[in-house]
Amino acid sequence: MSKNASRHIMPPYTLRDIEQGTPCCVPEPVLQVRNLDVSYGEKTVLAQVSLDIYKGCITALIGPSGCGKTTFLSTLNRLTDHQERAHVSGQILFDGQDLLGDPIDTLKLRRRIGMIFQKPNPFPLSIWRNLELPLKEHGVRDRDVRRRKIEQAFRDVGLWDEVSGRLHTSALALSGGQQQRLCIARALVLEPEILLMDEPCSALDPISSAVVEELILRLQGRYTVVIVTHNLAQARRVANYAGFFWMTERVGKLIEFGQCQALFDRPGHALTAAYISGAKG
Amino acid sequence: MADRVLGWLVSACALLVVSSLVWVLADVVIEGVAHISWQFLFTAPEDAGRAGGIGPILVSTLWILLIALAVAVPLGLGVAIWLSEFAHRHGHFVGSAQITLDILAGVPSIVYGLFGNAFFSVYLGLGFSLLSGGLTLACMILPVFVRTCETGLRAVSDDWRSGALALGMSRSSAIWHILLPVASPAIVAGLILGIGRATAETAALLFTSGYVDRMPGSLLDSGRALAVHIYDLSMNVTGGDGAAYASALVLVLLIMMLNTLAQSLVDSWFKRSLVLP
Repeated sequence: MSKNASRHIMPPYTLRDIEQGTPCCVPEPVLQVRNLDVSYGEKTVLAQVSLDIYKGCITALIGPSGCGKTTFLSTLNRLTDHQERAHVSGQILFDGQDLLGDPIDTLKLRRRIGMIFQKPNPFPLSIWRNLELPLKEHGVRDRDVRRRKIEQAFRDVGLWDEVSGRLHTSALALSGGQQQRLCIARALVLEPEILLMDEPCSALDPISSAVVEELILRLQGRYTVVIVTHNLAQARRVANYAGFFWMTERVGKLIEFGQCQALFDRPGHALTAAYISGAKG
Repeated sequence: MADRVLGWLVSACALLVVSSLVWVLADVVIEGVAHISWQFLFTAPEDAGRAGGIGPILVSTLWILLIALAVAVPLGLGVAIWLSEFAHRHGHFVGSAQITLDILAGVPSIVYGLFGNAFFSVYLGLGFSLLSGGLTLACMILPVFVRTCETGLRAVSDDWRSGALALGMSRSSAIWHILLPVASPAIVAGLILGIGRATAETAALLFTSGYVDRMPGSLLDSGRALAVHIYDLSMNVTGGDGAAYASALVLVLLIMMLNTLAQSLVDSWFKRSLVLP
């Protein structure tokens, strides 16, 4: 059904100034993605994506499954390096460097751009060690500094009161929502600038999901967040900016990008309108 | 009705297998225990093994095993890590390496003996020695050890791999701190299979470490392994049955002890860091 619809309507999103709506903050781009193409072997999964991610804002990526949102996310911290046969081209500018062209220390990059996965993935270690391990890995040798940072991270995700009495028990014994908050704390303890979140609530029950969502809202302003979500209501609640991905001719494309509110209220593209109204996807 | 018949049938199978194992074990214990004493464990065999003990044979056995494990374990772990973590998962090379290992794992031990004799004893000039025997056994247990460890590593959830990568952890520290500890039950299983196979080996050692029953003076001396000793006593020495049973009992106890040791060593190396619910 998408074939007929997509053939005669407007072209995908191309870069332009964001005009509609009031900015959440100074719209200062921190990541600039230009003409991003991703393919696995012969199969192109994402074509010609260009967009800006704004500092301190929450950007939601929406769209049906399989249209390349997660792939897009994992190009931003170069996790695609570890996927066999993945080929990424284009430009991703971050702090004056092209993440795809310039020589990049990916380990340092991933400290600055953290990632949260769909399924909570705490390590099979103690709650404390889950945060200590990455800190040690990044050369934080001072035990007191580590202690302070870890406690702060747990407080930031609202987990401190729940875990402070059982820091040396297994992280796997926590509930799903707690595990996901632990993973967020584990990313935050490295003091990243950007957090990539791949459907962070979709594996959680409604109550945990609400807690995590609230947490994401509190990150706004302090961190730049890019969140992939299938939950349109959630995108609407948390995001300042939104991008809509769609498959055309089996290739994922960014169809529309803009202020979240505006994208939902006045979609500029027929596909977006159909998707958010539930007629498509 | 069909369920009941099946129930009886599988119970009978279990009973048959367990009872035959118990029989073998009981036979070894009952016949062997009469001959066992501290003296038996520590003195040299006399009169072709009919009298005396198995002191030098135990020493040779442990040396051969030590050499085999010292070579096979680090090498095997290395190959397993490479296969599961570094090689392209669906590459041709990985596929052929796995098939080769599986075939090698099924090759009869006597073939390893012939190879060990030709390569280590003759070509490398190590002669009939503990070293030749140990290295031959290393070749023999490597395929099973590699495949067991590799399977264990592959079974570790990818969520942890990508989690570690996304935190900017290096692959080596993800392997060391998370993947190997999680896969440690498989490593233990591989070790136990290897130890069992190596300790019980006869054929491959006849050609490589030989059957001199003196106390070895160096690793280049020939030495008789326990399993070879049992074979010799029961096949070539009339009136050696008692000593053969006692040696068999020692062999069984030795394997049990080594397995426990392997388990606790691996646990203390790798599992120390894991905290499971």
